[in-house]
Amino acid sequence: MQLQTGLEAGIEGAVLKADVRELDFHYGAFHALKRVSMPIHDHMVTSLIGPSGCGKSTLLRCFNRMHDLYPGNRYSGGGIVLYPDNTNLLAPEVDPIEVRMRISMVFQKPNPFPKSIYENAAYCLRARGMRNKNELDDRVESALKGAALWNEVSGRLKELGANLSGGQQQRLCIARALASDPEIILFDEPTSALDPIATASIEELIIELKEKVTILIVTHNMQQAARISDFTAYMYLGEMVEFGVTDQIFIKPQKKATEDYITGRFG
Amino acid sequence: MSASASEPSLSAPIGTGVSDRLSKKASRHVKERIIEALLFSAAAFSVFVTVAIVYVLVKESWIFFQTVPITDFLFDTQWTPLFDDAHYGIMVLLSGTLTSSGVALLVAIPLGTIIALYLSEFAGFKVREIAKPFLELLGGVPTIVYGYFALTFLTPILQKVYPDLPGFNLLSAGLVMGIMIIPYVASLSEDAMRAVPMALREGSYAMGATRLQTALWVVTPAATSGIASAYILGISRAVGETMILAVAAGMQPNLTFNPTEPGATITSNIVQVALGDLPHGSIGYQTIFAAGLTLLLMTLAFNLLGYWLRKRFREVY
Amino acid sequence: MMQAADLAAIRAIITRAKRWDMFFSLLGILSLMVGVLTFTVLFVDMAIQGVPRLSMDFFTSFPSRRAENAGILSAWVGTVLVMLVTALSAVPLGVAAGVYLEEYAPKNWMTDIIEINISNLAGIPSIVYGLLALGLFVYYFGFGQSILSAGLTLALLILPVIIVATRESIRAIPRSIHEGSYACGATTWQTVSDHILPYSSAGILTGVIIGMARAIGETAPIITIGALTFIAFLPTAPFAGDPPAGLFDWIFAPFTVMPIQMFNWTSRPEAAFTVNAAAAGFVLVFMTLAMNGLAIYVRYRLRKNIKW
Repeated sequence: MQLQTGLEAGIEGAVLKADVRELDFHYGAFHALKRVSMPIHDHMVTSLIGPSGCGKSTLLRCFNRMHDLYPGNRYSGGGIVLYPDNTNLLAPEVDPIEVRMRISMVFQKPNPFPKSIYENAAYCLRARGMRNKNELDDRVESALKGAALWNEVSGRLKELGANLSGGQQQRLCIARALASDPEIILFDEPTSALDPIATASIEELIIELKEKVTILIVTHNMQQAARISDFTAYMYLGEMVEFGVTDQIFIKPQKKATEDYITGRFG
Repeated sequence: MSASASEPSLSAPIGTGVSDRLSKKASRHVKERIIEALLFSAAAFSVFVTVAIVYVLVKESWIFFQTVPITDFLFDTQWTPLFDDAHYGIMVLLSGTLTSSGVALLVAIPLGTIIALYLSEFAGFKVREIAKPFLELLGGVPTIVYGYFALTFLTPILQKVYPDLPGFNLLSAGLVMGIMIIPYVASLSEDAMRAVPMALREGSYAMGATRLQTALWVVTPAATSGIASAYILGISRAVGETMILAVAAGMQPNLTFNPTEPGATITSNIVQVALGDLPHGSIGYQTIFAAGLTLLLMTLAFNLLGYWLRKRFREVY
Repeated sequence: MMQAADLAAIRAIITRAKRWDMFFSLLGILSLMVGVLTFTVLFVDMAIQGVPRLSMDFFTSFPSRRAENAGILSAWVGTVLVMLVTALSAVPLGVAAGVYLEEYAPKNWMTDIIEINISNLAGIPSIVYGLLALGLFVYYFGFGQSILSAGLTLALLILPVIIVATRESIRAIPRSIHEGSYACGATTWQTVSDHILPYSSAGILTGVIIGMARAIGETAPIITIGALTFIAFLPTAPFAGDPPAGLFDWIFAPFTVMPIQMFNWTSRPEAAFTVNAAAAGFVLVFMTLAMNGLAIYVRYRLRKNIKW
C-alpha cells in the first residue's frame, strides 16, 4: 500500500515519531489488524477514524502494549518503531512497563483512581519511585496546569478524584498521563462519555498539548477528527484504508471508501 | 326458566361466558395468593428464628441476672459457676476468646489478604481455577477435625520448640483456627478485589505501574470496604469458633492474655457445661445462656460494623 | 525528549519494581502453600493414624469402653438420620424463601428486614443455634435430646446458605426467560414452577450440598442440645419391635453423630482412643470432602453447560 508521509503531504517541520510497519494482531483466532502501516509525527495530533470494530482502538492499544494484559492476544507480525531510538515497541524483549512509561494513555470513560486528586496526578511519578515531596508538588502542579485543571482544584487537592465532574475527571486523567512527561499520549475516544461543553474543553486542551507531546487519538466523531488533528487515518475491517493530512482526507480523499465514510454514505 | 349457564344462547347475555372465565381467573388468583402467602411465610420464618434466638437467650439470662448482679458478671475476675463458692466473671472467658482470636487473626488476616491479592492480581486463570475450590475445601473441613489436628499434631511440634508449653494451650488452637479462617478472609477479599472494574486496572497499567503497584495502590483502596467486611467476617468466625478450642485449649477458665497458657473461651465453656448433666432451670444451666448472649452481642456488633462499613465506604469506582 | 540516560534510569526503576513483583508472587504462592501444606499434613497424619483402624467391624460396632472393640455404627446411623431431618426441613423452607425474595418480594421495609436478617443469621456462631435449640426444641417444644431436635437445629443453621444459593442461581437466569414466560400469560407461580426452578435446580443443588457438608461436621450445637456421647443402640426402625414402632418414632430417639463420637474419643487420654478418633475423623473428612467435591463438580458442569 502506498502511504504518504507528513513530509510528502507538505506539513512543514513534521518529524517522524513512530512508524507502524505492516502490523498484524490477533485476538485468539480473530485477525483484528491486517498488515497495518502508518506514520506518527512528532508534536502532531493524529486521529484514527472508522466504523466500530474496524480495529482503531486495537491499533491504539498496541502502542502501549495494553493487549499484554489479557491472555490470547498476539502481535502476530510487523511492529511499531519508536524514534529517535529506533526501538520496536512490540518486540518481546521490550518490557511493556517501559513502553507504558514512555507512552501514556487516556481512556474512553474517565477512570480516576479511588484516591485524592493529588495522588491521582502523582501516580506515574510514584510508580517511577519519586519520593521527594517538593519535587512531587511541583510536578503535580505543572501536570494539573497542563491539563487546565489547576485553577479549579488547587484548593482541594486532598479530595477524591471521583468527586469531580465528568469533564474534570477526564482532565484529571490527562494530568495523570501528562505528569511523567511521556513521549506520546494515546486518547481512546476521550470525549464519548462527556457533554458538549466538556468535550469542547478537552478538544481545546488536546490542541494545546501538542506543544509538549505527540498525540494519537481514536474518535468516532469525524468532526472532532477534522477539528483537532493534523493527520487522519481511516480504518476499515482491520485494514488501513487511507492515511493523510486531515484537510486532504476530509476534502479530497484518494479512496472511494474513505469518501463514502466521510460523506456519511456508509458507516 | 332461563337458559342454563352451560348452554349460552344468542339471546342470553354474553355475561355468562365472561363471568365463567372470570371465576376461573378468580380461582387461579386465589391459588396464586395462597402460594405467595406460603412463600412469604418461609421468608419471614428467618425473622422468627432471630426473634426466637433473642427471646430464648434474653429470657434465660434474665433469670440468671436475678441471681447474679450484672456488675459481678462484668467485673469479677473468676469464673467458677459450678463451685460451691461460685463466681461469674465473664471477663475470664472473654480473655480466652480474645487471646485465641487474636492469634488466629494474626495468621488469617495477613495470609488471607496476600492470597486474595495473589489470586486476583497475579495468578493465572489456571492457578485460580485450582486454588479457589481448594480454599473452599479447606473451609469445609469440620472444625472438630481441626481441633484434633491442633491437639495431636501441632501442639507436640510446638512443644519441641518451646518445651514448657502445656498440652492444652490457646496458641496451638489459635494458630489452627487461623488456618481455618484463611479461606473466609481470602475468598471474600478476592471477590471484592475482582469486583474492581478493569478500567481502573488498565488506567494504572497504562501509567507504567507494575502488578504490585496496581494491586496495592489501586485495587486495594478501591476494594477497601469489601476487604474490611471480609476481615470482620473472619473476626466473627474466630470469636464464634468452638470445637477447636474445646479440644485443644483445655476448657479451664483462666484470666490470661498469654497464648501459651490453657484457657476457656465463651464458646468452649458452653460446650463444657452442656457436656455435664445440668438440670434444666439450674443456675449452671442459665450461665451458658448469659455467656451465649454475650457472644451474640459481640457478633451482632461485628455484623453491624460490617454493614456500616459497606454503607459508609460504598465502592467509588 | 527521551535521552539514553533517561531510558537507563527507567530501566533501573523497572528492574527494581519487578523484583518486588517477583517477591510478592513468591509470597502469594508461599501463603497458598501454608494452606495446602496444612491440609495435606492434616489429612495424611489422620490417614496414617486412622486408616489401619478402618475395618468392617469399625463401621458395624457400637462404641465400647475398650478402644479396639469400639466402632461408629450408632454415630454414622445417627448422622444419616439427622441429615435426613435437616434436608427435609431446610431445603423446602430455604428454596421457598429464596424464591419469594427473588420473584415475589415487593421493595419495601419488610423485605429489607428479611434480607438484613438473613445475612445477619449467616453470621451468628453455630453454638448460639445450639442454645436456641436447647431452649426451644428440647425444653419448650419438648422434643428432648432427639434426632428431631438435632436435625431441626442444623436445618436452621444451614437455612441462610440455601436461601443465598437459591437466590444466586435464580438471579443467574436471564431476565428474558422471565419475560418470555409472562408474555405467554403465565402467572408468577407458573413461571416459577415451569421455568425458574428447573433452570436454577443445579445451582440450588450446589448450595444444598455445601450446606449439608457443613451440617455434617457441626459439633458444637449438637453438644449444646445435650446429645449423648455414648450410645450403644440404634433408633427402632419403623414397624419393628413389640409393640411395633410408629413410622416416625425414630425421630424422637436419642442419638449420637460422627463428630460427637470423634470428640468423645479425642478427649480421652488413652492413645488407643486417639487412633479411633483419627479413624472417625478420616471418615468424616472423607464425607465432607466428597460432598464439597460433588458441589464443585456440579457447579463446574453447570458453568460448562450454560447456554444463554
